[in-house]
Amino acid sequence: MSSHHESASDAHSDGHGAGHGSFRGYMIGFVLSIILTAIPFWLVMGGVLDSKLFTAVLVMGIGVVQIVVHMVYFLHMNPRSEGGWTMMALIFTLIIVGIALAGSLWVMHHLNTNMMPMTHEMMKNMP
Amino acid sequence: MSATQVQNTDEKPQFYVTEEHHPENSTMLGFWLYLMSDCLIFAVLFATHGVLGRNYAAGPSPADLFDLNLVAINTAMLLLSSITYGFAMLQMERNAKMETLVWLGITGVFGAAFLGLELYEFYHLILEGAGPTRSAFLSSFFTLVGTHGLHVTFGMIWLITLMVQVKKHGLNPENRRRLMCLSMFWHFLDVIWIGVFSFVYLLGVLG
Repeated sequence: MSSHHESASDAHSDGHGAGHGSFRGYMIGFVLSIILTAIPFWLVMGGVLDSKLFTAVLVMGIGVVQIVVHMVYFLHMNPRSEGGWTMMALIFTLIIVGIALAGSLWVMHHLNTNMMPMTHEMMKNMP
Repeated sequence: MSATQVQNTDEKPQFYVTEEHHPENSTMLGFWLYLMSDCLIFAVLFATHGVLGRNYAAGPSPADLFDLNLVAINTAMLLLSSITYGFAMLQMERNAKMETLVWLGITGVFGAAFLGLELYEFYHLILEGAGPTRSAFLSSFFTLVGTHGLHVTFGMIWLITLMVQVKKHGLNPENRRRLMCLSMFWHFLDVIWIGVFSFVYLLGVLG
């Protein structure tokens, strides 16, 4: 923890080593966020790419990058804060989130494809 | 953590944590754990929308309903409120009470603009007959985006409460701790919104 206090941006903080941001840090995060927000909107609204799949992958990929930018520059995540416990909690949550998301989509996709196809008439006669 | 290190040979070995315990730190960790549990709520809602998001029940699809210009403005509002909250935190560290209050107020205005635009969007969707009861897609959409909006609403209530607190009692340690918790909450909601506009709006319109 002691090395944390010596960094220039934290020199003025009053001792409790929770990660504080600097003006520069916030501005870097802000500019990166604007760029990373504008690109996916531009890709979808402008219809820039022909491949829908590639556009979707790009949008989600840029979204993940932007989440990391927010975590680092706005939420001041780093492996050292709180003796590493915030990072541990984050990693644990990400694993659970990954299992929940991937598992749900996987199971429900198979359920969908293996169900009997339903026509409009059948749907109308549903209870 | 330098708990059991022995610096010098003539010094007695210490088998306990020599660093001072900071209550702020444990609050921050506890609040972070709350945010992670909140993250799980949103993960479940995202998963639900991922499963149900294409079931239109012969109703309108995202491409018919969503106005991406409005979503872009909404995103800008939330992003701006995030950076202005950051500026408020910087002023708080400088012990500048008035400036902190001003930046918090600006954050509140952007937050209110975000909520207003979202309510406007919801109102129009329901008016067009695309309410939450129309299809599975719209049910999951309203649940996910509505839950996020509800979080922002409570964040606003918290923000106003803290502004009054800071005005009355100044930037004392308690208010600093609360402002730092709200800071994490506010930035966290912005993180969730990244998922919402990417996954729900942009991928939805993409089809």
